[in-house]
Amino acid sequence: MRTIFYIVQKEFLQIFRNRMMLPIIFVIPVVQLLILSYAVTFEIKNIRLFIADSDNSVASRNLSSHLRSSPFYNIVDETPDPSVGTDLLQSGKIHQMLVIPRGFEKDLALANKAQVQIITDAINGSAAALMNSYTMSVVNDYNRAIIAEIAPDAGQPVAVTWSYWFNPELDYKTYMVPGILVLLVTIIGMFLSGMNVVREKETGTIEQINVTPIRKFEFIAGKLIPFWIIALFELAFGLILAKFVFNIPILGNVFLIFSVASVYLIAVMGIGLFISTITDTQQQSMFIAWFVLVIFILMSGLFTPVESMPQWARNLNLLNPIAYFIAIIRMIMLKGSVFQDIINNFLILSFYGLSMLLLSVWRYRKTT
Amino acid sequence: MNKVSVYGKGLTKSYGKTEALKSVSFSVEKGEIFGFIGPDGAGKTTLFRLLTTLLLPDSGAASIEGLDVVKDYRRLRQILGYMPGRFSLYQDLSVEENLRFFAGIFKVSISDNYHLIADIYEQIAPFAKRRAGKLSGGMKQKLALSCALIHKPEVLILDEPTTGVDAVSRREFWEMLIRLKQSGITILVATPYMDEAILCDRVALIQHGTIMATGSPADIIQTYPHKLFRIKSQNTLQLLRIMRQMPELKSAEMFGEYIHIGSSPNKMNESDIAAFLNQNNIRQFDLEPMEAGIEDCFMHLMKQQSST
Repeated sequence: MRTIFYIVQKEFLQIFRNRMMLPIIFVIPVVQLLILSYAVTFEIKNIRLFIADSDNSVASRNLSSHLRSSPFYNIVDETPDPSVGTDLLQSGKIHQMLVIPRGFEKDLALANKAQVQIITDAINGSAAALMNSYTMSVVNDYNRAIIAEIAPDAGQPVAVTWSYWFNPELDYKTYMVPGILVLLVTIIGMFLSGMNVVREKETGTIEQINVTPIRKFEFIAGKLIPFWIIALFELAFGLILAKFVFNIPILGNVFLIFSVASVYLIAVMGIGLFISTITDTQQQSMFIAWFVLVIFILMSGLFTPVESMPQWARNLNLLNPIAYFIAIIRMIMLKGSVFQDIINNFLILSFYGLSMLLLSVWRYRKTT
Repeated sequence: MNKVSVYGKGLTKSYGKTEALKSVSFSVEKGEIFGFIGPDGAGKTTLFRLLTTLLLPDSGAASIEGLDVVKDYRRLRQILGYMPGRFSLYQDLSVEENLRFFAGIFKVSISDNYHLIADIYEQIAPFAKRRAGKLSGGMKQKLALSCALIHKPEVLILDEPTTGVDAVSRREFWEMLIRLKQSGITILVATPYMDEAILCDRVALIQHGTIMATGSPADIIQTYPHKLFRIKSQNTLQLLRIMRQMPELKSAEMFGEYIHIGSSPNKMNESDIAAFLNQNNIRQFDLEPMEAGIEDCFMHLMKQQSST
């Protein structure tokens, strides 16, 4: 045990002697939380809309005024000629165009039925879907207004009321911040610990270490413990920012978050360490860690819900530690889940951590 | 006959198709300085990595103080001091932090074994707070030696400790080794410098993964079969070209500004060489008989090796 202490002591000396280290620890969380939670939002504002109103009737003007009055739209132009809009869409100057064909009002009056066309730039698929549904809902409002005008007594057959639980105002930050906290500890755990071992290989110091009586597990424990402590500190720092700067609710038990994080860190550090045992330079290790991390993050449900992924992707996520921790931390922070609610994911993470650790201890060779 | 400390038999190691060591056998007595002398790529580092349990031999066996390098590696690591060829201490830790760390992981306190490193460490002690990476080459080497000695090893293995170190530091370093020997530590040292061979008790000349000769420097020099002269003139290259045409000659090698020429004993004397040179219109030269050195022996053995 004393050997582990000497290695940990040495690591801390080296970590804090590195002039980049303190900025990394304190600046990264602030920047990530600020940028990701404020800038990355699924809400779409300022939809640049073109209206081709070929009918130019009371009814058609009524429809376009519905769109004008919505805060989401910025009406770029309005002419009777749809081809102008097509050109604008081609050149990327507008996001969406609404085509109201000639005879719109007449059809509405005679047949009780008329058609409009919505064309959306779908280069960004999810944005296009959102814009489309916004415009659809505006058109629906318009429909309802017409029905109310024609048959005031008809009313609506099914009345719907709704409320959003756990995030009543659908605040995007509430959804993002817990996930970003996971990213923070992941980066520290996976990158820094793994890179550290490879650095010893690169500078040749591992040669001197390997001829000493240090045991494998002592070396690995000595390498992991410092970054484990730093990552947990980082989590505490992030949680304080989340609570007091972003006003994110923390309904569940903070200690539960930390105990899950402790186990989770062992899993990601195990991955980082395993990568470091199969690489020889920091460059190689960085590249592989980055590759793995990007896949894990994009699939983790941080940005897009895991539930809407295809089945194979969800199966793949069974191997994704980030997905487990993001699910758990959201449950604890936003829903106030207790240990019984997360026990399954917690056990999986523990098993994951243990296997990664054993794998890297087994793979780390003092002799070649 | 002293007790054997380090022993290797039929050690073989290949990296892919390259045979780095071809059945190397040797034995080192307790308390001697044993030098492995050979150029870069001769297999010295591979041999040392086998002995320090960092590599496993393909075949053959080696033991240090009765401990097998494969089976007893764990106990062996307790009694080994190793200084790799490349400076392998933590450059971002200070001199004393490095020393304390290595003492710590060997579970010894610095004060227990300070007497061993005292006269080495005292030279770098004024820079105790300086980071190891900021030390000069000679001081780095003293620190590395201190760290390799702090746990009082029984055998010290030094891989090219003087490569890239200035001449004064080299001499100092060898003085330190000779003092260390007096405390009973067996020292194995690899070096490409032939002039360091005579400072060893015994040496093994190693080339292309085989040991060509083993013995004390004096013994090895004794086995040199030719009579040796050295010769110098204005134009060394021209002289070398001409000398190599002399029929009775066994060897002619360039050594700095001199050319060493060897002949079978009693076949040739100074006047024969002078006459030959005069025939070839070289009138100005210094010619004198000389004693063979380790380097002459090395060149001779190398030629023999490549001709068989």
